[in-house]
Amino acid sequence: MRALVWHGTADIRCDTVPDPGLEHPRDAIVKVTSCAICGSDLHLYDHFMPGMEKGDIMGHEFMGEVVEVGSEAKSALKVGERVVVPFTIWCGDCDQCKRGNYSVCERSNRNKATADKLFGHTTAGLFGYTHLTGGYAGGQAEYVRVPFADRTHVKIPSGLSDEQVLFLGDIFPTGWQAAAQCDIQPTDTVAVWGCGPVGQMTIRSALLLGAKQVIAIDRVPERLSMAKAGGAVTINFAEESVVERLNELTDGKGPEKCIDAVGMEAHATATLDSLYDRAKQALMLESDRAHVLREMIYVCRPAGTLSVPGVYGGLIDKFPFGMSMNKGLTWRMGQTNVNRWTDDLLNRIQEGQIDPSFVITHTVGLDQGPEMYKTFRDKQDGCIKVVLKP
Amino acid sequence: MAYYRRGSSADAMARGMGWFSLGFGAAELVAGRGIARWLGMEQHTGLIRAYGVREITAGVGLLAMGDPKPWMWARVAGDVLDIATLATGLNDDNPRRRNVELALGAVAVATALDVLGSGMLHREEEEALTPPHDYSDRSGLPRAPDAMRGSAKDAPIPDELRTPKILQFHPIGMG
Ligand SMILES: NC(=O)c1ccc[n+]([C@@H]2O[C@H](COP(=O)([O-])OP(=O)(O)OC[C@H]3O[C@@H](n4cnc5c(N)ncnc54)[C@H](O)[C@@H]3O)[C@@H](O)[C@H]2O)c1
Ligand SMILES: [Zn+2]
Ligand SMILES: [Zn+2]
Repeated sequence: MRALVWHGTADIRCDTVPDPGLEHPRDAIVKVTSCAICGSDLHLYDHFMPGMEKGDIMGHEFMGEVVEVGSEAKSALKVGERVVVPFTIWCGDCDQCKRGNYSVCERSNRNKATADKLFGHTTAGLFGYTHLTGGYAGGQAEYVRVPFADRTHVKIPSGLSDEQVLFLGDIFPTGWQAAAQCDIQPTDTVAVWGCGPVGQMTIRSALLLGAKQVIAIDRVPERLSMAKAGGAVTINFAEESVVERLNELTDGKGPEKCIDAVGMEAHATATLDSLYDRAKQALMLESDRAHVLREMIYVCRPAGTLSVPGVYGGLIDKFPFGMSMNKGLTWRMGQTNVNRWTDDLLNRIQEGQIDPSFVITHTVGLDQGPEMYKTFRDKQDGCIKVVLKP
Repeated sequence: MAYYRRGSSADAMARGMGWFSLGFGAAELVAGRGIARWLGMEQHTGLIRAYGVREITAGVGLLAMGDPKPWMWARVAGDVLDIATLATGLNDDNPRRRNVELALGAVAVATALDVLGSGMLHREEEEALTPPHDYSDRSGLPRAPDAMRGSAKDAPIPDELRTPKILQFHPIGMG
């Protein structure tokens, strides 16, 4: 089959690789009909996340048709069914899964020993996302093996297009969880850093959950225009001071809820801390650039909440933790517990409360995937979200 | 009108080259004889001083005359002139030939930076002049955002993700 394969920094190719087969009775094989490139994939493309190996198949946001089911998954899944596959693989039986914390499932990471060492305790297995989270082949391919398939799926009723439901596997629940874990109140101002696909979903989620005001921060004009379409007040951080504007918009008190939908590759306009971060990252003394986190801690209203869907991979430096402690801030973060939200969100899509396909700007074949990684990363051609059709 | 933006990284680079031009130009003007001697090209003292004037002009242009692009290209042209002049000092009977080689290396680096900087400035202009894609109709919502506000207030959000009542901002009982 054909698949997008990681070969090194900024080197992803559409290769022919062996078809996957069942390896465990709880597995299923899915024939992919649509998949997407996620901002998290860019951290692998730019090689800021450790743990990739040459030959790894990319992709963790995908859907398709079930073509083979292992004996122990048969009660939950049938050949021919249409499913979206969540990027967090979960077993359903461990203590964490029982509490709904699927992204820290204790069993689905088959490289648990390594993860235990690195994180203290393992997190869940993820598709196409380094050997620290299981080294599972990803979904930017014609076929995927889905482990723990009896749990790790969302069944899709007929009548909905791929485009409407594809993002149930990642960015829609990610934006939703980012907002939901802020426990948004009707009096809240929610500031969202980053108007990429995750930021866009977060903005809509915060609005639907009832925020009084949603403020979106980025510097890419078309992303800001899409944020505005979703009801946000926008700040272009290349042209205005984020802290000043946020204070202005909140009577000098700062937003109650701050959400980082940017992650470890944050940009900043020639501030001292950004130069420091870039130098340190280049020297491999620091793996993540923390500009957004610092800004959130600084501007957030005391006793407010910081929610971090943005992905970080390792160490950060010059972190104003004292400020955070003294202001009594609450931190919420994590990979998304996808299946925890999908029933409700699927309902909302069916009812027409939201149509997540608004974010798609590019749809191409799998073979054009490699160039699309570049287009998406460099925000060329108005690119916000890429869907690939294997 | 030519586009340029103060404070962008391309602009920062142009300003850097501007300060370099000023400093180096002043050195050529003041220490023209010393430089010429060091290069074993004393016959060119006057020329080096003239080049100093050229550098200072480019420096002022880059720092104080608006759009830096023409001045960056002027620097590139100047670099070519420098290289041509230095090349005449490369003959075997120049005992300071080694210094000329060093100087050529330095000019090559400056040339590379000038070409890179000009490219960045042009790319910035190109990007700024192409209008952004208009996504103002992509709300993803069936009605205007204001009409949708709070329509998912009933969402099943587990208690452990809720802020304890006592830590909430609004008066207890509201919302
Ligand atoms: N928690 C999860 O489960 C989960 C799931 C999906 C994605 N993610 C993460 O979410 C993040 C965003 O993903 P995406 O797909 O939207 O990616 P993206 O790269 O398209 O979006 C990031 C956006 O942030 C903007 N940005 C950069 N620096 C900024 C700054 N200082 N202030 C404000 N905005 C800034 C960029 O211009 C860009 O538009 C990534 O880190 C990704 O890994 C997390
Ligand atoms: Zn993702
Ligand atoms: Zn589990």
